[in-house]
Amino acid sequence: MKKFRTLLDLFFTFAKISAFTFGGGYAMISLIDHEVVEKRHWLDEEEFMNLTVIAESTPGPIAINSATYAGYKCAGIVGSVIATLGMVIPPFVIIYLISTFFRDILQIKAVASAFKGISVAVAIVIIRAGVKMARKILAKKRIRIALPALVLCLGFAITMSGYLGGFHVSTIWLILSSGAAGFVIYAVKSFAGRKSR
Amino acid sequence: MIFLELFLAFFKIGLFTFGGAYGAIPIIRETVLTKGWLTEGMFSYFLGVAESTPGPIMVNLATYVGSDQAGIAGSAVATLGVILPSFIIILLIVSLLRSFIEKDSVQAVLNLIKPCIAGVILAAGTSMLLTNLIESVKSPDFSYQGAIIGAIVVGVSIFYKKVRKKESSPILLIVFAAVLGIIFYGY
Repeated sequence: MKKFRTLLDLFFTFAKISAFTFGGGYAMISLIDHEVVEKRHWLDEEEFMNLTVIAESTPGPIAINSATYAGYKCAGIVGSVIATLGMVIPPFVIIYLISTFFRDILQIKAVASAFKGISVAVAIVIIRAGVKMARKILAKKRIRIALPALVLCLGFAITMSGYLGGFHVSTIWLILSSGAAGFVIYAVKSFAGRKSR
Repeated sequence: MIFLELFLAFFKIGLFTFGGAYGAIPIIRETVLTKGWLTEGMFSYFLGVAESTPGPIMVNLATYVGSDQAGIAGSAVATLGVILPSFIIILLIVSLLRSFIEKDSVQAVLNLIKPCIAGVILAAGTSMLLTNLIESVKSPDFSYQGAIIGAIVVGVSIFYKKVRKKESSPILLIVFAAVLGIIFYGY
């Protein structure tokens, strides 16, 4: 019975976090901290730090990563399923409802005009996020950033060229090859390091 | 079969997205455009909705594209696809590979994936902005309304940061741009 209460609690806590955060995963992290660490003590500060590092460095939506992690820590595999469901159900219901009439309301001239404006803002918000990310990466020590800076420029140039009708490589391949390059450089470095010792 | 196609496409998106929703946007955009699921315009419009409704942006997009293509079952399948990789990977890490992320080799891989994604995000944003300004690269048709709205939104974003010392929320800019859209494109 106590276990059932915990699971119910998990579900509603994550449903609440999901239903009240706008702007995706990063915005959610502080709310998760508040609910899961401060209010309910499901995780301590250190575990929460681990959660953020893991959620940000593994693929997938940060919110889902965090819910799965916290749910597991709190009540095992069942807990992770319940917490993830809590995270998914509110937006699922809201978006499904919107999707049933979205194309219809775009027929209204004022709505269509509003969305033309919105799509400009969306592009700017994306560029802003990219700039912020790039600045964070390039803010490190000078020698260390040469390679990341090169990869950033290549990622930008190749994607732009695809858009402009030139050479096209899919984003997934770009990500895989930069990861592979990172690994090769690491392997060479550690091999050279071992030799010189 | 559309359900399998939706599931696999969104599974791939969930598996290859690093850095949250903004890392996902270029991949989702590429996917829905190549599959012909959404037009460039519809994608930006719905992105505006996804940013202004609660919940993870990737889940919002998966639910919408799934529903648009194949009703409620389609949205369930796409949403399941986008969250499943996360779910499996996190469970593996917490239960078996506790210190996996801290390994130097994993960090070395992530160290180059992150800048690549930043570059891709910048390119996706730039090309979306270009689409708003000139329609298409092949036959450019400059939209002065788009340029004015863009300039005002950038201005508001910078002004807000100077005055309030923190970044304006995307929703604020989106609502603002919606009003500008109605003013400049008519109603």
